[in-house]
Amino acid sequence: MTGAGESGAGVIRTRALTKRYGSVTAVRSVDLEVRAGDRYGLLGPNGSGKTTLVRMLLGLVYATSGEIEVLGRRMPRHAREVLPQVGALIEEPAAYPHLSGRTNLALLDAAGPGGLSARRTRKRRVDEALEQVGLGGVGRRPVKAYSLGMRQRLGLAGALIRRPKLLVLDEPGNGLDPHGIRDLRELLIGLNEAGVTVFLSSHLMAEVEQLCTRVGVLDAGRLVLQDDLAALRAPTGRVMVDTPDADRAVALLDGQVERRDGDQLLVRPVVGDGAAGDAAGLNARLVEAGLRVSAIGPHQRTLEEIVLSVTGTGSDHVGESS
Amino acid sequence: MIRVELVKLFRRPRTWISLVLTCALPFIVAIFITITHLAPPPGQGSAFLSAVLQDGELYPAAALALVLPVFLPVAVAVVAGDSIAGEAAGGTLRYLLVRPVGRTRLLVAKLIAVTAYVLSVVLAVTFTAYATGVFLLGPSRAAAVGQAPGGTGGLPGGGPGIAGQAPTAGQAAGGAVTSLSGAPLSLLQLTERIGGAIAFITVSMLGVAAIALFLSTITDSALGSALGALAALVASEILVALNAATVVQPYLPTRYWLAWIDFFRQPVFWRDIQRGFGIQAVYVVVFLAAAWANFSTKDITR
Repeated sequence: MTGAGESGAGVIRTRALTKRYGSVTAVRSVDLEVRAGDRYGLLGPNGSGKTTLVRMLLGLVYATSGEIEVLGRRMPRHAREVLPQVGALIEEPAAYPHLSGRTNLALLDAAGPGGLSARRTRKRRVDEALEQVGLGGVGRRPVKAYSLGMRQRLGLAGALIRRPKLLVLDEPGNGLDPHGIRDLRELLIGLNEAGVTVFLSSHLMAEVEQLCTRVGVLDAGRLVLQDDLAALRAPTGRVMVDTPDADRAVALLDGQVERRDGDQLLVRPVVGDGAAGDAAGLNARLVEAGLRVSAIGPHQRTLEEIVLSVTGTGSDHVGESS
Repeated sequence: MIRVELVKLFRRPRTWISLVLTCALPFIVAIFITITHLAPPPGQGSAFLSAVLQDGELYPAAALALVLPVFLPVAVAVVAGDSIAGEAAGGTLRYLLVRPVGRTRLLVAKLIAVTAYVLSVVLAVTFTAYATGVFLLGPSRAAAVGQAPGGTGGLPGGGPGIAGQAPTAGQAAGGAVTSLSGAPLSLLQLTERIGGAIAFITVSMLGVAAIALFLSTITDSALGSALGALAALVASEILVALNAATVVQPYLPTRYWLAWIDFFRQPVFWRDIQRGFGIQAVYVVVFLAAAWANFSTKDITR
């Protein structure tokens, strides 16, 4: 991967990262690890510390204790070297409302280090970034005339304008309609395939499930889970059966049905017993017995089930507070 | 970064509106004086106004004296107070900082932009007032700066002060204007002295800007920091006018605000001008240091 550092290609790494605001601990002892090429989704209810964590990574909020490394360099000490390679969207996008989107991007581009030397390529990069987020034809309208979704796209364009190696996006789907969400997903996957590591925070599990390769779950400031999505969602060895003859199926599979929900059964097939312990074997057995099967397949937990199983019930109260 | 801040400042409608309004006030005053030929009697009203009917070229000085007490500080406090707090409230501050723009660098760029704004306002007032003076009131007739109409001699002790600053101008005026009244100023001398006055007023306004900039790093409310700075000025004005507060008066930010009038005496009366520069420099340094200390260690949570 592109210059992610020599030490095991860690793009973001924190050790025992903690932030206290007075007596409130917003983030406690988080060991985050985002590897080069990851599409990392940080999940957690509102108020679980996602935004504080993201702001610490970017040097906006200073940690109370612990260490942060981004692209192989310590933050916030090396912000000047690290941040030019990072594109960021932090909570809502922001722009100067009386200026056009194009002018806003140009000003943002000119503000950072190398702002003068980047002048020659600026117009092209601004056009390119606007094109990437689907704002190519937006022209000279001032930002105050933009819709919420357009502002979000403009914010994303701002994150892309310096062609970063790492994207840090806090709730990037906010304000986007279903079309916008799909465009965003395709854009991020495309960038990721071109070598950009994507780190995003969200409270929308479906969004993360469809986009990310790796997830972390924050609950009341603690990182309670961090793993590859594929590992988390590995088949559980159970079979989901959907059958209109659910009563007869329960009788037939005596003791093997773990859960019943209307016509849906969660079955743990017993190996042997004249059948293999998989969906195909179970299907053959049900059909042989004259039962109708409308759907059958190996059971996988949804991300939602996984997240809810590791977050405490108390977090719901925090979650609903915003 | 400095260029970016200047672009942001001068592409903002508010900047131009405040500029035009500040220039409009002396213009309106000049129209009234021209029509009525009723300048305030010497020693009353705003500084220099009594003299402008004789000498239109002196109108820039009169115009500066008109806008100094309220218009200029309000405009400067609003712009400086908005500099950090406005970016924070609009959310653009965090995007600038992760661009990354160093916090110290951002503060310096903001200060330079505010300075540019102050200079543009002061220069705009000076030039429009010069044009107004020459075309409306007519060029110098008496060629004697400060000559009181009707040949009554120098300004009486009240001086060209505005309420609150009377002690400053008054002290000096009593002694100096008489000698000044007879001594003609060449155009070059006048230009030099107006230049000096512009420098002095700009530095005075930078004192205001430093206070507003400091408050701007504390709060996310642009209005709050602007009003805070103005409150500090009003408090200072009240104390300057209060005899019981003589002990602290030399250290108040507005104490020497009108000392630039001394540039128009013959010879220039330097004491208050120097003190004014000194005290403003202290305010600028102290409040900028405080702004830097606060801003560079602050958690940006907006």
